[in-house]
Amino acid sequence: MSSADGRQTRTIRTDYLARVEGEGALHVRLRDGEVLEARLEIFEPPRFFEAFLRGRSFDEVPDITARICGICPVAYQMSSARAIEDAFGVEVDGPLRELRRLIYCGEWVESHALHVFMLHAPDFLGYESAIAMARDHRAAVERGLAIKKAGNELIAEIGGREIHPINVRVGGFYRAPRPRELRALVDELERARELALETVRLTGGFEVPDFERDVELVSLSESDRYPIDRGRLVSNHGLDIAPHEFSKAVVEEHVEHSNALYARIRGRGAYLAGPLARFNLNFDRLSSPAREAALEAGVGPRCHNPFQSIVVRAVEILYALDEAIRIIDGYEPPDAPAVALEPRAATGHGWTEAPRGVLYHSYELDDAGRILNAKIVPPTSQNQKSIEEDLLGLVQGMIDAPEEELQLRCEQAIRNYDPCISCATHFLRLHIARE
Amino acid sequence: MSSAGVVVIGVGNAWAGDDAAGLLVARIVRQRAPQEVTVVEHEGEPTALLDAWEGAQLAIVVDAIRTDGKPGRVEVFDATSHELPALWTATSTHAFSVAQAIELGRALGRLPRRLAVVGIEGASFSAGTRPGPAVTAALEPAAGRVLALAGA
Repeated sequence: MSSADGRQTRTIRTDYLARVEGEGALHVRLRDGEVLEARLEIFEPPRFFEAFLRGRSFDEVPDITARICGICPVAYQMSSARAIEDAFGVEVDGPLRELRRLIYCGEWVESHALHVFMLHAPDFLGYESAIAMARDHRAAVERGLAIKKAGNELIAEIGGREIHPINVRVGGFYRAPRPRELRALVDELERARELALETVRLTGGFEVPDFERDVELVSLSESDRYPIDRGRLVSNHGLDIAPHEFSKAVVEEHVEHSNALYARIRGRGAYLAGPLARFNLNFDRLSSPAREAALEAGVGPRCHNPFQSIVVRAVEILYALDEAIRIIDGYEPPDAPAVALEPRAATGHGWTEAPRGVLYHSYELDDAGRILNAKIVPPTSQNQKSIEEDLLGLVQGMIDAPEEELQLRCEQAIRNYDPCISCATHFLRLHIARE
Repeated sequence: MSSAGVVVIGVGNAWAGDDAAGLLVARIVRQRAPQEVTVVEHEGEPTALLDAWEGAQLAIVVDAIRTDGKPGRVEVFDATSHELPALWTATSTHAFSVAQAIELGRALGRLPRRLAVVGIEGASFSAGTRPGPAVTAALEPAAGRVLALAGA
């Protein structure tokens, strides 16, 4: 319609954006063929957790922070444990480290399988939901559920239960599994591995928009392994830091429209964390089958199209299953289920690669091991700015597209990030306003 | 009916205010139900419900709901052959709600033989809080409804 000043105006409004983890709000504002603004508005429970962790004992922190997210509790447990161990001057290595990596593989598998099949695939296959997709693509949905179940069972075996594992502690575990308990999982992991390989092929065949962005990619990196449980934080623009340098390198800012803090690299700007960043920065450290499957599916060693993140997630499922089987094959039980800890007054920093990207924790503790201050930076708040920049570029490139197409594409673009809005927000609603 | 083949699944987040209702009801039911009734506390992602009720003759899912009704109100809905009311679908903090998991199960032919949902109206779902007084007072009556449905 026309406004009083003669400009062409249109308004698109969607009140609820489905198929993201949790809820939030998105506003896109257009005028005269130009995108003025794309804002992601989110509210952030981790900030509440930071407040009520104060005064708690260090050994409660992994179990409390696990409650921030029902999809990636292991990530919260591992990053918090790493940060507190850093404060106490302890490094968890050997079989205990392998066990941590193993349970983390379970989380990558279940979280990625949920996202690929239940949340993101419907966008590519033209369905409004996984329920509608299940009626026509039952085998694919069942495949996703079977892969997810294998991940959940791995978590349950090591963690004591599937969600919010109760066997993880600062310093290691309460009980280390016996080798035969882990070996009993291998058949199912092998079957899931075959399904993951099929998933890479399936997603590699999805039609994706021609859209690339030159954004700074940030992930953990180690010389000999694909990053999951530790590493330095690196980027394709020269970032290379240790955990205690995070707050110097990454600036967090309050913005008026969001309850979450916006992260950017100091002196530069938005960056992208998550599967696409890990994949680009660590391609040569994937397992051989995962690398080969990626190349056959048409991604790698470099991939800068965020819409291909669904393929990369499938590749990471395959890698996590390969890695889990490798760890179980070589598993020797540790002498003790956890290393001894001696609380001291100190500040510690830790990070790990949550399924959605690097998750940073920092804790200041007193000499009795009580929390004085906590800081938690989840991947979704780090990706907020990048999501908004994707939307700006995407909408500008299809500004004359019909409203419905534009709306669906925006939603799909947000889902490229698998935003864990329950980690970073409450409500996600989409408003596109043409002024 | 016999209590064999009955699974009671309490759903919720223990650290999100009234969202803990389903878990707390499950704990009461576990203490009072016959041994043959399986009681599960399920936190987190609801597609796993399809495994939790696999093979059950009767599954009773207990969850907090938010329908703008009176906090503490207990509602029972038979979901065996009908979708949950639309208002019941908005309680999950996750991508898949319990209602969506039920419909996924229906689409895949993976529902239990009978499926009942017991909803407890919540008021506050804030992170890091405990259930409020209205929901706390509703736990006993809700557990009673579950036990009656289970034939216990």
